[in-house]
Amino acid sequence: MKPCYINSAVSISAQDTLKDSIFLEHILSFEGKLARAIHPNYKLFISPIASRRMATGVKMGVAAAKKALELAKLETPDAIITGTGIGCIEDSEKFLNAILDNDEQYLTPTSFIQSTHNTVGAQIALTLKCKGYNVTYVQGAASFESAILDAQLMLHENEANTILVGGTDELGKFLINDIILAEEAEEHPILTPFGEGAHFFTLSSLKQNNSFCVLKGLKIFNKATTETIQTKVEAFLKENHLIPEDIDAIILGKNGDAFDILYQSLQDSIFKYTPQLHYKHLCGEFFTASAFGFWTATIIIKQQYIPDVLKLNSIDKSGYKNVLLYNQLKGQQHSFTLLSSC
Amino acid sequence: MDALKKELKESIIEQLNLEDLNVDDIADDDALFGDGLGLDSIDALELIVMLDKDYGIKLTDPNEGKAVFVSIEVLAKYISEHRTK
Repeated sequence: MKPCYINSAVSISAQDTLKDSIFLEHILSFEGKLARAIHPNYKLFISPIASRRMATGVKMGVAAAKKALELAKLETPDAIITGTGIGCIEDSEKFLNAILDNDEQYLTPTSFIQSTHNTVGAQIALTLKCKGYNVTYVQGAASFESAILDAQLMLHENEANTILVGGTDELGKFLINDIILAEEAEEHPILTPFGEGAHFFTLSSLKQNNSFCVLKGLKIFNKATTETIQTKVEAFLKENHLIPEDIDAIILGKNGDAFDILYQSLQDSIFKYTPQLHYKHLCGEFFTASAFGFWTATIIIKQQYIPDVLKLNSIDKSGYKNVLLYNQLKGQQHSFTLLSSC
Repeated sequence: MDALKKELKESIIEQLNLEDLNVDDIADDDALFGDGLGLDSIDALELIVMLDKDYGIKLTDPNEGKAVFVSIEVLAKYISEHRTK
């Protein structure tokens, strides 16, 4: 697979990641079960006429996408690829509640129009007047990785030179309460709060002046056990001509539930002497939370620095060239992502 | 009539998410569409539903809608003459 250069990375999350001038300097803690995003002044990114119909997730997505393009000095990408687990749940809830409240009468169009999963990608395209390839992937916890994989394949096949890729999810107001109740009934529930966020990146097939990182490899698979996960990592690294000792940091999607044993089995074995990091205590758990992990990986490689708040062990390296991400949700939708310096 | 105009302005601001406006920003004779408030065809659908839900008025003729949604002044007059609730 051809290298896939990353030229900008933007995060809107429960931390003030869009504004923080120093990487994860001011850490916010959460009260309760929700980690709602810190919202920027959207008027800086979206006209009032356009934003008045946009729900939280759409505003976050459009703002993060525009900032990513601005940082990459890119006006219009060849393609826009988005990942989302739960789509525009805020408008879906609004529309469905309106059906119930009004006995299926008096249904207004706005929330229905904006409730589909591809609204964010569509609104970005409308804002940019971009008529290129525009696809949204909805694959649970592998939604963002599916979008990245599609971008990687497009660049490899020379179908595009520059691609805007991102992941967005919003908390909404109602369904999340049922998810929390269901989770609390579990014997080993998710311990991090539930979060939301938008993360966008610009990718290119050619190295540019502002390229700071390269996507080497990505693998998505649906099942693994503590017995097989180590073999799978080693095979993935081998495909990318690396061994576990070449990895300078491993970023794990730990959320405190029973399935953290999958991460732990790697922490205790082949990555025992590797800097181990986590991030969901900062952004919360949501279907595209791994995009926050991806964002941290790119910034670590760019700045060659790991904030203490990410560290699971005290091992440091003199430099961070190869960073591996591993994420899964409830023992399914596993992904390995390998990023390297360029 | 003044109370109805104020109620209409509040409903329009809330239902159409005109976040930057308050009641005093909308004059009774401001055009709702085009150069005035700048509402569009989706807003027109929202207003039609509002008329039905809040005042029991069913607009079925598109030309009638054009004439009714000229301004708050015209809309309030139409509602006061045709409302069933």
